[in-house]
Amino acid sequence: MAGLVASFGSGAMTNSIDEFEDADCILITGSNTTENHPLIANRILRAQEKGAKVIVIDPRKTQIGDLADIYARQNLGSDVAWLNGLINVIISEGWYDKEFVSGRTEGFEELKAKVADYTPDKIEQISGIPAATIKQIAEAYAKAENGSIVYCMGITQHISGTDNVMSLANLAMVTGNVGKRSTGVNPLRGQNNVQGACDLGALPNVFTGYQAVINDELRAKFEKAWGVKLDGKVGQTIMEMMNNAHDGKLAGMYVMAENPMLSDPDINHVREALENLDFLVVQDIFMTETAQLADVVLPGTTYAEKDGTITNTDRTVQRCRKAIEPIGDSKPDWEILALLGQKMGISNFDYNSPEDVYKEIMAVTPIYAGISYERIENETLHWPCPTADHPGTLFLHSGTFSRGLGALKSIDYREPAEMPDNDYPMQLTTGRMMFHFHTGTMTRNSPALHKEVKESYVEVNPSDAKEQGIVEDEKISIASRRGQIEAKARITNKVGRGVVFIPFHFVEGAANVLTNPALDPVAKIPEYKVCAVKVEKI
Amino acid sequence: MNCDFVLTTCPYCGCGCNFYLQVIDGKAVGVVPCKTHPVSKGTLCIKGWNAHQFVHDEKRLTKPLIKKSGRFEEVSWDEALDYTAKRMLEIKEKTGPDSFGFLSSAKCTNEENYLLMKLSRGVMGTNNVDHCARL
Ligand code: SF4
Repeated sequence: MAGLVASFGSGAMTNSIDEFEDADCILITGSNTTENHPLIANRILRAQEKGAKVIVIDPRKTQIGDLADIYARQNLGSDVAWLNGLINVIISEGWYDKEFVSGRTEGFEELKAKVADYTPDKIEQISGIPAATIKQIAEAYAKAENGSIVYCMGITQHISGTDNVMSLANLAMVTGNVGKRSTGVNPLRGQNNVQGACDLGALPNVFTGYQAVINDELRAKFEKAWGVKLDGKVGQTIMEMMNNAHDGKLAGMYVMAENPMLSDPDINHVREALENLDFLVVQDIFMTETAQLADVVLPGTTYAEKDGTITNTDRTVQRCRKAIEPIGDSKPDWEILALLGQKMGISNFDYNSPEDVYKEIMAVTPIYAGISYERIENETLHWPCPTADHPGTLFLHSGTFSRGLGALKSIDYREPAEMPDNDYPMQLTTGRMMFHFHTGTMTRNSPALHKEVKESYVEVNPSDAKEQGIVEDEKISIASRRGQIEAKARITNKVGRGVVFIPFHFVEGAANVLTNPALDPVAKIPEYKVCAVKVEKI
Repeated sequence: MNCDFVLTTCPYCGCGCNFYLQVIDGKAVGVVPCKTHPVSKGTLCIKGWNAHQFVHDEKRLTKPLIKKSGRFEEVSWDEALDYTAKRMLEIKEKTGPDSFGFLSSAKCTNEENYLLMKLSRGVMGTNNVDHCARL
């Protein structure tokens, strides 16, 4: 989200899900929308029925790519290049929104000079997207009354992830497609409460509601609310924690309902890191690969056994309601944390219910201050909602950006950290699939979902398969500089030549044995979406 | 037989569809979509339709566990939490607050994320708290 914060001053989906239906053009990139956000995909397809143009730019031709009016396959990691190319065409053809650019943004002249280098021919060479297609996409998006951009982890999981997002923001601002209905730059969050985890300050640099820990005034507010002294320096990200654990500089970790043994890039490194800790606590519903390494395992509960709130990808705060009693001796996660806080000698960890906790959240978090349990019984409220009579905010940045003027950023294309070479001549990209969810802790224990796709596979382009004599369903080896796995081949045109795709939900054949932990320097997101591999028959 | 329908939010993706969890005699047995919800509008995807299935899985963890000489042993909540609190405070004392880290979860509620964040910052005294959404 660092990219959107730099460009607009706020890091969430700018518009709400309901608005997609009334867009005239929807540009989707790095999102396998029909599989991963099916109900949002429905909305987008309804817009298409009503006449909207749907444009998909993705290295994999997934279902939404098949259904698109324009589909383009870019080379892995070439996003800044083709986005600069689009902006170049839009500016030189005079299709940009002059009024919006001069009234609401800064940095236009620099951007114009920067993108001038990205001629259609150069773009074709770097990204593989034909010059004519670039022009077609530029025209469709720039000329639309309301153009909306949708992206997901195909954009962020690169060393240039932050640059990619800022480039998308450039595109939206240059065409005036932000700050009004059915437009905007819209990241789709993967897991159900990613938005909430960020909003509530499960990040090393901010308290709840993106209030910075380095800001003395804000820190003083939390010190007063909690009655303790607080540290004012930014903490470690998950990747930094893993590296420090590996080097013996982190002594302990507390992991709640996460399975980094499967979800982190370079699993072998993560195993060594976790094994190196003096003390590891894991709170989860199943004995995950990570829990097996723990010193203490605390049984939490599923959503069905607890009350609380969850914030979806378009900033709507919604209720989760307890339907059954906790299974066995398990306890809702909030209760475990409250009990532990008390045991650690802190008096203000005395909560009787999630609503108690929530009231404290409202008191210290301006963007949530007007959203109460009571109100969301009857109303759909999107944050920011600062007061009890505020209607909530459907789309952000109307009239002015959170940071004042929108920042147009001049950005250069950089190659992915690991390009193919003689030893590892192919490229691997990873992703999710319809029937499974993240690391599979929930879905692989659901009989109906597990039946749909039982084991890992690797997608190979027909020409590459033919060259190597690989046939459908054959078990093949995929190796990178970090490790090697085996998986069954699926021969398909979904992937381009020289590229293979592996979903990352499975323990056997875990794709993250192979992936590159090289990080985006700002967002610290690892480059899951591209690394060099070699593919061989066994 | 006792049958209930409890309105709640789907645990899977960020669309945030709502549905009714059907509960018979204290067991979650099925899912019914919610017609009036602005995103779901009466439909769900295959994950949502099956969202009750993992709840009663027999592999669910039901007891706190402590690893003693390499093997997990079932213990009481009091023992598990006392031991955890003691070890965490020891680390804070010995190697400092920043030698400890917390990973929160995009699968947990807002309230739970808040409490883990408060435990990290307000009790352990470190800003080393993050979640897997970067991943
Ligand atoms: S029902 Fe499907 S689309 Fe809706 S929230 Fe659940 S997983 Fe997402």
